[in-house]
This record gives sequence, structure tokens and C-alpha cells, in this order.
Amino acid sequence: MTDTASPATTGASAPESSGRSRRVDSDWVRRNGVFVALVLLLLFNLLFTDNFATEGTLRLQLVQVAPVLIVALGMALVIGTEGIDLSVGAVMALAAALIPLYIGYGTGVSIGISLAAGVVVGLIAGVLVAHVGVQPIVATLGLMVAGRGVANLFGGQIKSIRDESFRELGTGSILGIPYVVAIAAVIAVVVGLVVRRTTYGRQLVAIGGNKLAAELAGLPVKRVLVTTYVVSGLLAAMAGILLAARSQASDPTKLGLLMELSAITAVVIGGTPLSGGQVRILGTVAGALLMQLITATLIFHNIQDSWAQIVQAVIVIAAVYVQLGRGTTRKSRKT
Amino acid sequence: MSATEVDPATTNSPEAAMASRARFAALVQRQGAFAIFVLVMVVASFSFDSFLSRGNLTGIAVQASFLAMLALGMTFVIMTGGIDLSVGSVFALGGVLAAWGSQHGTLVAFALPLGVCGLIGLVQGLVIARGGLPPFIVTLAGLLFARGLLLLLTDEGAKTYKVPAGSSFRKLAQSDLLGVPYPVLLVVLFFAIGALVLHRTSYGASVLAIGGQEDAAELMGLPVQRTKVLTYVASALLAGFGGIMIASYTSSGVTILGVGLELEAIAAVVLGGTLLTGGAGTILGSLIGVLLLQVIKNVINQVGSLDSDWQAVVSGSILLGVVTLQRWLTRAERT
Repeated sequence: MTDTASPATTGASAPESSGRSRRVDSDWVRRNGVFVALVLLLLFNLLFTDNFATEGTLRLQLVQVAPVLIVALGMALVIGTEGIDLSVGAVMALAAALIPLYIGYGTGVSIGISLAAGVVVGLIAGVLVAHVGVQPIVATLGLMVAGRGVANLFGGQIKSIRDESFRELGTGSILGIPYVVAIAAVIAVVVGLVVRRTTYGRQLVAIGGNKLAAELAGLPVKRVLVTTYVVSGLLAAMAGILLAARSQASDPTKLGLLMELSAITAVVIGGTPLSGGQVRILGTVAGALLMQLITATLIFHNIQDSWAQIVQAVIVIAAVYVQLGRGTTRKSRKT
Repeated sequence: MSATEVDPATTNSPEAAMASRARFAALVQRQGAFAIFVLVMVVASFSFDSFLSRGNLTGIAVQASFLAMLALGMTFVIMTGGIDLSVGSVFALGGVLAAWGSQHGTLVAFALPLGVCGLIGLVQGLVIARGGLPPFIVTLAGLLFARGLLLLLTDEGAKTYKVPAGSSFRKLAQSDLLGVPYPVLLVVLFFAIGALVLHRTSYGASVLAIGGQEDAAELMGLPVQRTKVLTYVASALLAGFGGIMIASYTSSGVTILGVGLELEAIAAVVLGGTLLTGGAGTILGSLIGVLLLQVIKNVINQVGSLDSDWQAVVSGSILLGVVTLQRWLTRAERT
């Protein structure tokens, strides 16, 4: 399992180890609750939903979850540093809005420019958080508001995108797997490896666990923070591009709206605490799948949108409540 | 304007030289938004003849009054170190309930939305205070829940309830006293009460103490849980009351209102100098934050050639600018 806890939060002090056996149960639930819920919901659908286990249905679910997952992976990294990124939805809109403007210069060029826009927004967020010391929620809130405005200024109204290779990116597939899904899977594996196997990943988790300690230990705190927000911006831009490719249009007022909340929910349900110091990539993947499956299940059974939202609200609270369990520190109780 | 600072980091900086700088920084922290507000007002009044007209200023004040209600509750929530993402949805729900209730009498139009919204606030407060769940997640679920309930009441948003033509409920927001519209008077009254509650009651002292350091507040024997619950109830009630006002103002329960309004309220509070870390802030500052956002909107509407998307860009940039300024100037104070 791709689960990394900072030394500051796990092996904190010796006396705690005596209570460790008592904490195993709640820890197990916290770690695996999302997987259990996912399996149960899958079983429910296999039994009670007609035409669920068809290739078409499953493929559609995966295609729909892919952009959310890509954004959630970046969000997981940001949350791991005890930050938050509210700007991702606006970045998606911005990236999508730029595509029709530059598609004339070639598909690659337009995608490159869109990704660069995501990097720029992430860079601004990172510098504000790391160098200026603005709280992540405020810095990214400002960028969210301004970013959506900029996207609207570029894009204006809905623009259709007519480009063969761009259409292929959104609707084509490789070995039967849609490109969109394949890209999301590759990104998930890469981010998982980065968190587990690289110095950057270790540093990120250490900073989220205890920023002051990480600083005193001589870790490049500012650089890691900036990199993390840049990655989040880049992944959000990627998700925006894929959504635009799928619908072959960009709609800057609607695209990516409330995506920040979906992504945060997926990450938190996946067991990554908002208090930082841990990044759970496999949990995030399961969290995104679970939220998608909940929505789909409600739709399959013709439950109205209103009830769907209410059910989601209850599930989010229940999931987080279970995760908090007994072994929580006071720190994780703050915002 | 009086600000209350109980953040321990501010009180024990020993150097005398730094103290004067800290005082200056604190002044900017509190008055930065006010300075920009005055600047925008002066520039606007020279640029547009109609800006200082009675009609335009009244329009700004009335438009700002709805957001002001949300921002007042948000100020208290943020002072406790929490956040309330549900207010936009609760505001919309309050409006729909008030419009529906007005068909059964003015009393119902007030009692029903306040009852339902207060209940939502109570549940959120209990889950946060007693359950120990992060406010961010709980109120995010509250956002979904309130919006779901609203959709349920309105046939998935298709139905708009109208306030009956002769209803005295319309007077609430459509009448004025000596030329000052009721909503504006109500905002002034509520903010005055808010300031009194913060500075003159033990509840207000508890709010700031909890935001400053929750553990310490608990050890001092302050009613931490009760204070938190009360704060979230107050925030939901104020949001609901804002909804009642807009229902009266528009004579209907508009279902699509309030999306993203929670973020505008947070932006206004932060602009007003309240720290998102809790423990410090001003009531009047939030009012100025609200007015600043509204004046910016008004100015951009007056510049005919500018797209309304500039509103978002300018508002977001000003938020980031003010926060950056605050951080740079308070750096000496906080590190």
C-alpha cells in the first residue's frame, strides 16, 4: 500500500507503543475502510443493478472518474504538506479555455500551453504559500476566483474544438483502455512511486508532519512546497485538457466547477488526514472510485439528484468519523 | 475600531524596536482593506459622475447586505479557528423556505427558514465540537446537504416559489426608514450586536480564546464545546436570515443563488483582517471587506467596456494583494 507517514507522527514517542495494540482496530478501519466500502458497493451493484457488469458501464465509470482522480492525486500531495488547493477547478477551466485558442498551431503546442498555464498558477500558489507565508486556503481561494475570471476572459462562451488528434485523445483507446483512463492510471502509479521512493516524497511527508522540524533538519521546505503546488496545478491542467478533449469543447464557466470539493473529498475519504504528514495514494484512488460509484449507484436506481447530494453528505461525514477513530491527535481536529 | 489580539505569538516579542514595527504591521493588518476601500471610492467618484449618486450608493449597500450577513457569521467561525463552507447553500435554502413560508403568513416566512437553518447549524456544530471532525469536511457535507434539501423542495430546482403580492413579508427588504433601506439597517444593527457580543460577553471572549489556543482554553475551563456549537448555529442562522432578506427583496425563492457565496464571505473576512488561524479579528473589518468586494463589482459594472469577468480577476487579485501585504508587514511580528 502506498502509505507513508512521517516519522514525526508515527514513531513519536516510546510510551505510545504500549497503547499500540489497542489502536490496531481503529487504525485498520482508518486504513482500509474505503476499500471495504468500495467492495461492498461493488457487490451491491453486481447483485441489484441491471447491466452493471457490462464492459460499457464499467468503462464509462472509469472514464468519468479519471479527471477527478488526476486532480485528487495532486490534491493528495498538497494535503500531505498540510495545505489545500482550491484553485484546481479554475485551473481546469483555464487549461480548457486555452486549447481552442492555440489548437491552430498544432495539438501538441496547444496542450503544452495549457499545461504551462497550470504550472504558472501552481507556481504563484506555491510562492505565496512557501515564500510569502500566506495560508494555503487563502492563496488558492484568491487564485480560484481570479483564475476562473481569466478563463472566462480567454474563453468567453462555449467553444467547440475541431481537431482530429485532440478528439482521439479524449475518445480513443489503447488495448481497449480509453486513453483518459490509461493516463490517469499512469499518473497514479508515478505519483505513488514519487511519494514512496523519492527524496522529494519523503521530504513532502516530513514537512506536512512537522514543518518547523523539517526546516530545522535542513530540508528544502520552500522548494518542496512550491514543487507540490506546481504539480497540483499541472495535474489540474491535465484533467481540464482531458475533459475538453472528451467533450471536444471548452466551457470556462462550467468546466471544473466544484472540482476542488470532489477532489478533497476523494483524498479525505481515502484516509489522508487534512492535518498533513501522510499521503495515501491507493486510498485516494479508492476514494475517487467510491465517490464515483456512489453517484452512479444513485443514478442507476433513479434516485433524484437532491437525494444523491444528501446521501453523499452523510457518507462523507460517516467516512471521516470512522477514520478519526481513537488514535487521533488533537492536531488533526483543527481545520 | 478595536481589535482583540490574544495570539500568544504577538504578545511576547521582547525587542522594543520590533514592537513599534509590530504595531504598525497590526495597523495595516486591520486597516489595509479600509485604505484600499477609501482609495477605490475616491478614484471611482472622480472617474464616474454617477458613482456618488444616492441611487448608486444605496444600490451598493443593499447588494452588499446579503453577503454581509454571511460574513458576520463567518467572522465568528473563523475566529474560533474553524470554517463554514455551508453558508452559501444554507443562504439559498433559507431563501426558498422563506418564499414558500410566506404563502402561509409572514410569521412562517421567518420561523421556518430560521428553524431549519438553525438545525443544520446545530448538527454541524455538534459534529464538529463533540465528534471532533474537521470543520472543513463537516461544513462541506453541510453544503451538499443543504443544497440537496433545497433541490428536494423545489422539484430538483425547477420550481420557484413566489411571495404573494400583498404579503407584508415583502416589506422587510423593499421598504426603507428615512431613505435607508431595511436590509442596510438590519446589517448595521446585526454588526453592532456582533461587535458587542464579541467584546462585551464571556461568549465572545471564549471565541477568541478557543481560536488562539484551543487546548489552553479548555484547560482554563472555558466551555469550548458549547461555544463552538453556538458559533456554528449563529453562522447558519445569519446565513438563513440573509436568505430571508433576499427572498423578500426578490419576492421569490431563487434556487440557483448562493453558489460560491461561502468563498466570497471567507474572502471578505480575510480582507477585513481576521486571521484564518483564528484567535484574532475585527467585526467592522469584515463589513469593510464586504463593502470593498461590492464596490469593486460596482466599479467594474460602471466601466462599460470591461467584461464582468474582470470582477473575478480584480477581486481575486485584490484578495491576494492584501493578504501578501499583510504577511510581509506582519512577518516581524509573527516569526
